[in-house]
Amino acid sequence: MAILVNKETRVLTQGITGATGQFHTRACKEYGTQMVAGVTPGKGGTFFDGIPIFDTVVEAVAATGASASVVYVPPAFSADAIMEAADAGIELIVSITEGVPVMDMVRVKRYLDGKRCRLLGPNCPGVITPGECKVGIMPGHIYRRGSVGVVSRSGTLTYEAVDQLTRLGLGQSTCVGIGGDPVHGMDFLDVLGLFNKDPETSAVVMIGEIGGDAEEQAAAWVRTHMRKPVVGFIVGQTAPPGKRMGHAGAIISGGKGTAREKIAALKQAGVRMAPSPALIGQTVKEVLEGR
Amino acid sequence: MNIHEFQAKEIFTRFGIPVPQGRVAATPKEAGSIAGELGGPCVVKAQIHAGGRGRAGGIKLAKSPEEAEKLAGEILGKKLVTHQTGPQGREIRRLLVEEGLDIDREIYLGMVLDRSASRVSFIASVEGGVEIEEVALRNPEKILKEVIDPAVGLLPFQCRRVAYGLGLRHEQVSVLASILQGLFRAFVELDCSLVEINPLVLTAQGKLLALDAKMNFDNNALFRHPELEALRDPDEEDPREYEASKLGLSYIALDGNIGCMVNGAGLAMGTMDIIKHYGGEPANFLDVGGGASKEKVAQAFKILLSDQKVRGVLINIFGGIMRCDVIAQGVVEAARETRVAVPLVVRLQGTNVELGRKILAESGLSIIPADTMAEAAEKIVQAVKKF
Repeated sequence: MAILVNKETRVLTQGITGATGQFHTRACKEYGTQMVAGVTPGKGGTFFDGIPIFDTVVEAVAATGASASVVYVPPAFSADAIMEAADAGIELIVSITEGVPVMDMVRVKRYLDGKRCRLLGPNCPGVITPGECKVGIMPGHIYRRGSVGVVSRSGTLTYEAVDQLTRLGLGQSTCVGIGGDPVHGMDFLDVLGLFNKDPETSAVVMIGEIGGDAEEQAAAWVRTHMRKPVVGFIVGQTAPPGKRMGHAGAIISGGKGTAREKIAALKQAGVRMAPSPALIGQTVKEVLEGR
Repeated sequence: MNIHEFQAKEIFTRFGIPVPQGRVAATPKEAGSIAGELGGPCVVKAQIHAGGRGRAGGIKLAKSPEEAEKLAGEILGKKLVTHQTGPQGREIRRLLVEEGLDIDREIYLGMVLDRSASRVSFIASVEGGVEIEEVALRNPEKILKEVIDPAVGLLPFQCRRVAYGLGLRHEQVSVLASILQGLFRAFVELDCSLVEINPLVLTAQGKLLALDAKMNFDNNALFRHPELEALRDPDEEDPREYEASKLGLSYIALDGNIGCMVNGAGLAMGTMDIIKHYGGEPANFLDVGGGASKEKVAQAFKILLSDQKVRGVLINIFGGIMRCDVIAQGVVEAARETRVAVPLVVRLQGTNVELGRKILAESGLSIIPADTMAEAAEKIVQAVKKF
């Protein structure tokens, strides 16, 4: 079953004519994703690799039945692109771009209230259901289909964790990148809820970072609702306070958002914490073997 | 991005937030002259991007222009060490000379991005002039909070609620409301991440003024605020961090001796963590990002190695879209150009990893290869110990 995306999902690319849009649309299509349309204002009527391009998302949806959109649009225009997709009835919007102004995202989230759509990102690698559908920039070849769900704020650290899982023979049901920004779409809480209900997922790995309280909120929910084992890892344990560690959301402010607090909250909720980033896969193996 | 108090006050004035009369001085003579113009007792305030200046002796009261000049002479050029600057302190290059005020009460006002709510919110407290985190711990009931709905902005009733909650009355209520509206307008129009007035003072004459002003801006939004970018003070930033940011590299200086170069912020933080796990100390955080070209790698090497404390370098790359052979080429050429004289451990994983490792092995450079993150961290920690 997996969550969010599968082989039926029809995906359109916003920003398809840019270098990034082109490269990754091609890569996702090669992976097997149904890349059915592209949107670049002013380039409607043209094609990329046989994929029709439209001026607006509404036209693209009407012509192709796309229900998901992946957005490779520069920071200055990303918020508008996301809102256009939401207005056009897109059900899953995956925003890859890093550098979107925070106030823009505050307005986007307000705009999305009450609309039937889910947002991932911005500043995320995307989502993949191995063997069926890849929506984003992750390297498809490291993933294997299986029953471990993965949800993470990071990009390459997630690839590291997935690689460890794959090498141990532990395939993945769906891997979801929620991104590294302080104001973003789906959070740990939302994705864990989906994994909880997914018959194919038997365990979940959640990879968090310093900054904010998303992990603590997730921990509170896991404690009372989660029926499947969760393995966690929080990165940034050695980060100094007050400094933005790459990701806009990875910052300890006013003493809040430390790795220690998150680890404590997750442990309290029964989440098994991996002792190092090199042992995420191994910890999942142990948990699944009942050790 | 941070700015100085005097710059924030200039912005406050544009947005209708009252501030004390004052001007910036770069020499003791200027300070004395400004004090003379203002007339009456003045306050001489060190301008650095860190709090806790008062307690550290960076804010002094001068009763006359002569005293202002004398105090300015004592403060300028000194290194001020506050609980926020770190032990090396910050050199004081400028002073703000302001009129002295007859202070009746101090109030705290802070507007910030509330991550949990994904909204802008502001807090106010009758405990002005102290660390708000302390108040939050000791007397949370003294903190008033309002969350702002972006669809309608800051509403008048929210301003009234806060004003009455702070014990203000009559015309002070509408003055506070206009200050809050100005704060919110500035926050939104300038893409702030934090604006703090600590304290907002009520003078004996019944005037409300921002005695201090702190503004932080969203780095992601600076592209649409070139006039704010111009306010940046490189003297207040770590020189390597500043240079790295100009090159589009994400670099944070730390205290250790193992330089790190990684692609991706999460993996970079993970690399710092795992070095510590094996008993080493990272010298920095560095995310080269998704496009680790030869040029970027070379630039990153230069910055890493300009840190005199570095006794070893760990490169940890998980090649996704980026191919390991391309990265290996980049590392080899950069290492040749930059002459890396300390132990270098390179861990490659991902796309084309075998080819990448081959390139490193055949390069003739003394590069210590590693397969896993754990192996890489262990090797660099050992290599640095022996170096």
